[in-house]
This record gives sequence, structure tokens and C-alpha cells, in this order.
Amino acid sequence: MKPTLLTGNGAAARGVRLAGIDYLPAFPITPQTEIIETLAQWIQAGEMDCRMVTMDSEHSMITAAGTAAATGVRVFTATSSQGLLYGMEMIYTVAGWRAPFVLVNVSRALSSPITLEPDHNDVLAARDSGFLQIHCSTCQEVLDAVLLAYRLGEDERVRLPVIVNLDGYYLSFTREPVLIPSRKEAARFLAPYDPGETHFRAGDPVSQGVAVLGGSQYSYFRYETHLASIQALSVFNEICREYEKITGRVYEAVEGYRTTDAEIVFFMLGSFATKAKDAVDHLRKTGLKVGLVRPRLFRPFPAQAIIRHLADKKGVAVVDQNLSQGKGGILHAELSSILYNEERRPCVLVSFIGGLGGRDISVEEFFEMARVTVQAAESGKTPAPRLLYTHEELARMRGLQSIAGNRSPGH
Amino acid sequence: MKKTIFKTIKDLPRHHPLGAGTPACGGCGALEDIKLFCDILGEKTIFVNAAGCMTLLSVYPFTPFRGSWIYTAMASAPAGAQGVRDALDVLIQKKRLRPEDDLQVVVLTGDGSAYGMGLSATSGAMDRNLDFIYLCYDNEGYGNTGHQYSAATPHGAQTATSPEAGGYWGYKKDLFSIWAAHRPSYVATVSGSDPLDMARKIKKAKDLKGPRMFIALAPCPTGWHYDPKETVAIGKLAVKTGIWPLKEYIDGKVTHSKKPLSKEKRPGVEEYLEKQGRFAHLFKPRRNDELLAEIQARVDDYWDNIP
Repeated sequence: MKPTLLTGNGAAARGVRLAGIDYLPAFPITPQTEIIETLAQWIQAGEMDCRMVTMDSEHSMITAAGTAAATGVRVFTATSSQGLLYGMEMIYTVAGWRAPFVLVNVSRALSSPITLEPDHNDVLAARDSGFLQIHCSTCQEVLDAVLLAYRLGEDERVRLPVIVNLDGYYLSFTREPVLIPSRKEAARFLAPYDPGETHFRAGDPVSQGVAVLGGSQYSYFRYETHLASIQALSVFNEICREYEKITGRVYEAVEGYRTTDAEIVFFMLGSFATKAKDAVDHLRKTGLKVGLVRPRLFRPFPAQAIIRHLADKKGVAVVDQNLSQGKGGILHAELSSILYNEERRPCVLVSFIGGLGGRDISVEEFFEMARVTVQAAESGKTPAPRLLYTHEELARMRGLQSIAGNRSPGH
Repeated sequence: MKKTIFKTIKDLPRHHPLGAGTPACGGCGALEDIKLFCDILGEKTIFVNAAGCMTLLSVYPFTPFRGSWIYTAMASAPAGAQGVRDALDVLIQKKRLRPEDDLQVVVLTGDGSAYGMGLSATSGAMDRNLDFIYLCYDNEGYGNTGHQYSAATPHGAQTATSPEAGGYWGYKKDLFSIWAAHRPSYVATVSGSDPLDMARKIKKAKDLKGPRMFIALAPCPTGWHYDPKETVAIGKLAVKTGIWPLKEYIDGKVTHSKKPLSKEKRPGVEEYLEKQGRFAHLFKPRRNDELLAEIQARVDDYWDNIP
């Protein structure tokens, strides 16, 4: 099979087309818009039998996605950044309806300051919502993840909506060779949607999203959604094996790269992990035993697989492309919480923040992170979390500040 | 115009699909409105609800509705209606749902959502010519949280957040005109105390397609501070004094379905206001003649300008 050059957005659209969706509520936002434009063209050309409607906001869009899914059709929608946050009330709400659909989030950093390029604070704001999350590092993965997401969310053991995340610009607008499954292959993997008991129709009345009064009932439903999310772990592994049989592409909840004999491991999400792989290859040539661990599945959190990958490692450099203001890296906190009780846990976890708002992480910075982590492992002393920023950057920033005039507080 | 079958009260449906024993307050005007909607629309309905008093009609595991229900959020019930309507259309078109199993989609919100937070989603639904019915039960304040003023609160009404002597400083937003400016299929104001007028309008809307929008006066004993037994009387006075015009918009024209008597003959607004605790400050400890005159003048001015 010959690969096709596709952007991450194009790959997402291809996956959606292969999934045979019925309904697309949409709202434009950079850098996601290309996905809905591409789908609109295919619908217009009669190549997709799908109804599309542009809504008045992401809040409305996610509401419509949820109610349509609850009515019994296969739904797709997409957003980014401010859009995801504007719709956040509904992200939490529709997850509780247990009506599956897929939302592609093209990561973009959050205001303020308002900006365009990516980091993961947008998608991580949806972390606790009940949506499952699959994070992609290549355009191929984006296409495949869309198909996997429908199978996963629609599985009767799960019944939850799924976010597929790809990084704005670095993936959304970057062309990579992508193998596109045939219609037949996609159909073998993903059957037409079976809504089961999830529907609205005359003669069979259903009340959805009703209020509960009292913590006991509330807890019951919240626990139930949580347990369904946890069940998605084994379902994900199961469907990935099936997908492999059809396409030959191997996916696991957690990707390990050169980890088996590694002593030092980078731990991170998304497309910047491909930069880390490059750094790993360079560092290996210098004799340093380095690897990379990258969760594909972020919700449910594949704790056991991560624990296995990191067992007996000397040090982990956790690279967070996000910042929980006043705390630090979100991945670092997630990782610490699952390792604390493990006997074979790594000696040190070192926290790095980088890649905010699309700021690159250079190969030299990966070298430096590896060096700091080795040192921490040897000394047993974990350094304070480091906010990546170079002297050159600071000098440029000072230049800009001298133009703008500096009135920032606490300067 | 189509002849309706409702000539007298006796012609109204005898079958009342909305169940009794809801958690609504005694004398709730909104419940009176919803009951008649259920009577006329029947059971093939789905109510798409926004946060408000009526959200508590369906509390797990009970519901008074014979049809379906989905609670969305305060701002996006019309968007929820869009998703349901589109999905039903897709299912019918793809032959996964029999046309006879189709549902009438009804948005149910209070004035807090309709006049404020939900207005963008409502405007969008009308832009898209969504085929749905929208029922706003207007109790003129954020009722469910203890009746704070909303954009629907009338000038001079005391609420939990306008407790001062003159009451609410603002003026009730003209939602009817805002909705009508979108040129939807139908807009009407109704009152549960005028069930014949209301039944005719619901029937008319039922037979139309596109956005069909209702603002229903919903007297509120707990928010307006009156004895629950007065709900119907207060609703009637709202129409008789001319404070609550009963009107409809259709085909680009606004018509009044029931006009109050002439200025000289109709009861003054005082008769309506003095029955309600929220306006008690207009009469006690001293009459506020100035404000009373202003409220009366606004009502008179409205009717003076109706052709």
C-alpha cells in the first residue's frame, strides 16, 4: 500500500469519513477548522452521507453532539483551546449521558495571553470530565485513533465519549505519509453504530440527564462512569489487537521506545515525543541508556502499563507541555501518584516544563534534561522543577519588553 | 387562517398527560402553562430543558412527562433541541426510525435562560430555522434560586437582589420583539389563565414547521409573594390591565389576540400590582404615586400605539 501525504487535520478528516458518521455539529476555530472544512466539502460532494450544521458556539456544538448521540446517531465534532473551554460545562455534562461520540481536539495553548500554537493545557482541562482521551504523536496515529475511538467509546462495556488529541501546527498543519485503510478494512473494524437502548423515539419514552437529589444517588452515577472508564483499558487493548490484524499497525495504551534496557526515560505526551525519540537515538550513540515512555491513552490512565515500563529505572525526566499554575506539571503529578506505592519505582522523577504555546524543545534541551536526570539519579537529590527557557530567549524577550515598555507586575 | 377547534373551555382536552404530584410549588403558574402544552401536544414529545424551576420536575427516578425528557444546561437547550431534531431527521431519512415514531421537540426554559444566558443559542436555532417549539415560562426572575431579578423582571418589582424601596431599576426586556426580529415561523405570548387563547395558539403552532416560540406568563406565588390560590386571578388581571399583552407574530405581522378594554374602561395596573408582595412598596408605608403613574403610563402608551 502506498502512503498519502496528509496533514494531521486531513488525517483526522479521513478517519471520520471512514467511520461513516451520521452527524457533524461544528464551529470554526484555529487550528481545527481545516477538519470541518474538509468534511463539509465531502458532504457537499455527496461522498459522505452526513448532516452537518454550524452552531452558534462550542457550548452549543457540544450540547448538540451530546443530544444527537443520545438520540441514537454516530456523531463527530472537533474543536481547539478556547473552544474546548467555552464548551467545558457541556464536556462534563454529556459524558454523564453515556452517549458515545468522538471529539477531535487540536491542541492550542490557552489565554491569556491569547495565542495560536499548542500546548496541552486545553485538553488536560477536560481530564476529569469522563471523556476518554487518546493522544497522538503522528498523522498516521490521528487517523487510526479516530477509528479506535469510535470502537472504544461505543463498546457496550464503556459507552463514553472520546477525545482524540493532536497538537496544533506541529501535527495539524504538518504533512506526513499516512496509510489510509480501505473502506472495507475500516468497515471490518468498525460496524455501523448500534445505539442499543440509547435513543429517543415515540412510544418508548426516556428521561436523560435528570436531576438527582442527594449524594448517594449522585455518587452512584459518578462511580459508574468512572468504572466504565476504567473498563475501557482492557477494551482498548482488545480492539488494538483487532486493529493490528486488519491494518498491521500496532498500538498499545502506552508506547515504549528503547525502554527495555534504559536507565533514564523521558515521559511525555503528544507530537513532541517524536523529538524526544530523536534525542534518545543521539544519546544512545554516546552510550547513555535512554528511552521514552509515552501514554497514548491518557484517560483512562494506563497505570499498570506505565508502572511496568518504568520499573527499576534510575530516573525519569517528566516533560510537561502544560503548566498547572501554582503547582507545576500535570503529568508529573499523575505519574508520581501511581508510582508512590510501587516497590520497583524509579529512583527519581525530575520535572520539566517546556513547549508552552508552541515553544520548541530543542534536541540540546533533551540532552540537558537527560544530564540533569542522570545527576539526580546518581546523587539521589531531585532538583526543583525546571521551567525551560534559554538565555537567548530571555535576551530576545528583554528586547521586546524594551519596545513595549514594561509595566508587568512584580518585574 | 386555520380554524381551531377550541371555541369554549369545554372544547379543551379532557385528557391530561402531565402527571400530578410534581415537586413544583403550590399555585405554580409555570406548571399551569406546561400542563396545557402537554394536553395539546400529546405524548410524542421530547422536552429539552434548561436550568430553571422546571428542571426539578424530573428528579430521579420520577417524571411527570409521558414523553421523553433531556436536561441540558442553562445556556444551551435550543442547541440540545438541534441535536435531537437533526438526529431524528437523519434516522428517519436513513430508515432507522419509522416516521410515525418521530417526536415533537420542545425546548422548556425559564426567563432566566430565555432572556439572558440562552439567548445566543436561541438566536442560533432561529437562524438555522430549526423545527421546534420553544416554551419560555416567564416568572419574571431567577425563581429557582429565590427570585433574584432577571432581564424579564418588570420595572419596580422587588426581588431578592432589588430589595430597595423603588424595586427593580431596569425595564423588562422585549423578548417578543427580539424573537420576532429573527422572522421565525411563529411567536406568541400566552397566559395559563387564558387557556382558550393559549390552546388555540399551541394548536396553530403545532400545525406549523420551523421555530415556534412562546413566552408564557407564569405567576409565581413564592417569588411574587401572594397566596397560591390567587395564581389564576393574577394571571387574568395581567391581561385585563394590559400589562401582559396576548399577541402573536406570524408571516411578518404582529396581531393581538385579545385586547384589554379602552384606557377609560379597563382596570388600572394598581389592581394587578396590589395583589403582589413584590409591589407592596408601591402602596406601603406611603403610596408611590410617581412610580405607579409611570407604570400605568407605560402600559397606556403601549396600547395607544397598537393600531
